[in-house]
Amino acid sequence: MTAGPTAYPLPWWRTPAARQGLAVGLVGLYGVSAGALGVAAGLSVWQTVLTSLLIFSGGSQFALYGVLGSGGGAAAAVATSTLLGLRNGFYGLELSRVLRPGPLVRPLTAHLTIDESTAVALAQDTREQARVGFFTTGVTLFVVWQGTTLLGALAGEAMGDPRAYGLDAAAAAAFVALVWPRLVGRGPGGRTGPLAAAVLAMVLTLVSAPFVPTGVEVLVGATAALVVGLPRRGGREDDPGPPLPVTRDATPGRHGGPHDGHVAEELP
Amino acid sequence: MTLWITVLAAGALAYGLKLGGYLVPERVLEVPWIDRVVPLLTVALLSSLIITQGFLADGVPTLDARAAGVGVAVVLLVLRAPFLVVVALAAVTAALVRLWT
Repeated sequence: MTAGPTAYPLPWWRTPAARQGLAVGLVGLYGVSAGALGVAAGLSVWQTVLTSLLIFSGGSQFALYGVLGSGGGAAAAVATSTLLGLRNGFYGLELSRVLRPGPLVRPLTAHLTIDESTAVALAQDTREQARVGFFTTGVTLFVVWQGTTLLGALAGEAMGDPRAYGLDAAAAAAFVALVWPRLVGRGPGGRTGPLAAAVLAMVLTLVSAPFVPTGVEVLVGATAALVVGLPRRGGREDDPGPPLPVTRDATPGRHGGPHDGHVAEELP
Repeated sequence: MTLWITVLAAGALAYGLKLGGYLVPERVLEVPWIDRVVPLLTVALLSSLIITQGFLADGVPTLDARAAGVGVAVVLLVLRAPFLVVVALAAVTAALVRLWT
């Protein structure tokens, strides 16, 4: 499943793509923080584990916990979480051309489509290696993520009052760490766009919070993406052009990049 | 019960988006602004969530121990610390500030 016959002399598990995938997959250890924050937000251990199994995308999970934990409604929590998951759909759009998964593996491929697996897959030179990299990363991360979520949830439950341990600050720090690589990275869109969107989103959230139901201020902040992104900026990169070959999107940064910048940096 | 439904709904929508990327004809999404807005949407949402988690209390802008945690997180990120270290030390910082104030 992970790799068909390969043109490489090495067995698939000894290829650079597999080693990269394994290394990147280990970042899934931060599932510990997902587990602890899920429980701190008021979910049970099993509800927290279920979010990791079903959503399996750090940003979306942290968003769900964050909005619920700060007293927001279910609708605002689901909306924020879903909007953050939108980028995975765009990864799928690119990966469907790179990996060409058959109808049987497609459902699994889709579930494993996250920042890290996309980054590793798109960094490979051939389709076979992209598949090896994608599945090694995805499966490793999935297994590690589920295990560490459970550990974190059990630990969070045992600890009691989350505020006493600063877990509310941990949630804020998690979002800082998730957005950081998108602000300091050298994506194809340049740096001013993301920085402007970030600052505007924070201002909009602060200003609107006293006037809207809890959780909705996040969605108000999200409109910063439209304000900054919709006006047509000059430059070739904004030109959609005719349908282009796969290599056009060879960097995941196009749709936001890996949510943990350290992933990209650790790639050999 | 509401929480279970929330979790299941978020899960179903997350998976639906992922699968949709593989099923939707590419041409549908070949509109110039989508490529610009989607990455910015991620940035904007994550930035908004920093505010709700770190600088709001009951909908009111607030500076408390969490802000110290966020400050430490930024310093650690500048120093290229790994994710778990950033999150853990931010928590410890906020807990210590609460202990001392």
